Amino acid sequence: MKRVYVNEKWCLGCRLCEYNCAFANTGERNMALALRNLEISPRIRIEEGSDICFAVSCRHCEEPLCVKGCITGALSIEDGIIMVDEDKCVSCYTCILSCPYGAVSPSEHGAVQKCELCVKNRSGAPACVAGCPNGAIVYEER
Amino acid sequence: MKYVIIGNSTAAVGAIEGIRQMDGSGEITVISNEKYHTYSRPLISYLLQGKTDMERMKYRPADFYEKNGCRTILGKKVIGIRKAVRTVLLDDGSEIPYDRLMTATGSSPFIPGFDGLDSVKCKFTFMTLEDAFSLREALGPDKRVLIIGAGLIGLKCAEGIADHVKGITVVDLSTRILSSILDDSSAAIVQKHIEKTNIAFILGQSVSRFDGQTAYLSGGGKVDFDILVAAVGVRPNVSLISDIGGETDRGIVTDEYMRTSIEGIYAAGDCTESYDVSCGQRRVLALLPNAYRQGECAGINMAGGERKFDRAIPMNAIGFFGLHVITAGSCTGEVYEEKGDGSLKKLFYDDDLLKGYILVRDVEKAGIYTSLIQNRVALGDIDFELICEKPSLMAFSRKYRQQKLGGVV
Repeated sequence: MKRVYVNEKWCLGCRLCEYNCAFANTGERNMALALRNLEISPRIRIEEGSDICFAVSCRHCEEPLCVKGCITGALSIEDGIIMVDEDKCVSCYTCILSCPYGAVSPSEHGAVQKCELCVKNRSGAPACVAGCPNGAIVYEER
Repeated sequence: MKYVIIGNSTAAVGAIEGIRQMDGSGEITVISNEKYHTYSRPLISYLLQGKTDMERMKYRPADFYEKNGCRTILGKKVIGIRKAVRTVLLDDGSEIPYDRLMTATGSSPFIPGFDGLDSVKCKFTFMTLEDAFSLREALGPDKRVLIIGAGLIGLKCAEGIADHVKGITVVDLSTRILSSILDDSSAAIVQKHIEKTNIAFILGQSVSRFDGQTAYLSGGGKVDFDILVAAVGVRPNVSLISDIGGETDRGIVTDEYMRTSIEGIYAAGDCTESYDVSCGQRRVLALLPNAYRQGECAGINMAGGERKFDRAIPMNAIGFFGLHVITAGSCTGEVYEEKGDGSLKKLFYDDDLLKGYILVRDVEKAGIYTSLIQNRVALGDIDFELICEKPSLMAFSRKYRQQKLGGVV
């Protein structure tokens, strides 16, 4: 299946991926209006060091510890994509305890959030990749 | 191939999903003394709190058994295993044959023999959906609740019912709350947070005797109550295996393939012991993620595959009234500590390994720490100073990142 992969040497640390992710998941049509005065809470996050930076989002692991450890069954694998059922999630954070990449995070909506490869929003394909100006993240089969 | 699973909770679901990875057609029979569709046991406190309901508590969708070709026998108890002829005996007299059997019998509340306990009319334990239903019936805005045990079960119960009762007193022999997962300083923060509600603690004391609606404490005081919840601890249900000569200690003993000492019989979940890689000892790790992975591992092996489960460690993510706590591993060795306003981070390390951690309030990316413990990552191979400050992939080598972020994992 296609996943988001990171080429850290191309990452500029511009954080457009974070903004595009946050925007795509607002469901709004105008980015400027949607994100105005908003402290964004994206599902892809840049890690930044003194001389390197790179984006981290859900790896959609083949043996996902978050799904196996989920106490409610809110996390599941659908066609290889790890999805959150926000209705079932009680924010116990066992997935945050379990994910070796730190790719699941709390959200303001009473459920955890993570990258779902934009399948639930209007983008249809990862908005972070579409907006990356330097090919530092790609969406492909490997 | 005929698979029989005794139990219908996390480990059982793990086993069903494990078996079906390998064998799409073998007959699977699930037997449980509980009559419900598989449900998430830890959610019973959320149910009382009103944060979930019966439908959303289903641990797997309504069509789970059908989709996985499972026959269920619910509301019946297994009273014995006839290992020579490979059958299990039910309390209605019927006998179910198996080729591979898994016991996922869980654990039962342990209630010490308190003096005068018989004189208490309104008393409960808090493990199952039935327990939650019974307790719910007894709740009311004028009720005073006494919970014995300030562990995970006792405190989640307290949180679940706090809004529906007048007040709650929690008594524990330990001098700190959540003594199995927290140390003194972290427990103090969580206690202070919980005490902002109608929950009060009496620690370092036990109940010496009950007389009707009064508990007399070892320190000389007394607590009057309307409802008693006993949450002192749990004991693994091992008797089906020990009765037929299988090896048990505090829990059912298995190897890393989840095989018991009896041919054809596997065990998983809270009824078993695990080898804790964070401290190198066998112990009962009654934790949901552990139960799932043990069950899945057993299922794969029952169906002819080969899977080891050798990464067990204690790990808990728990929250009370909005304060989140994540802990894992063992609190031994040297300590890195960061204290904030109502928050705390403690990392325990020894022998070039991270052994354990406690995070209170700021818990983001905790799983990076968990993976260091579980995978026994040499701290010399990563930027330890950086990772102490902040769990991040930046602290790992470029090669590690290339594998994890640039490949299929």
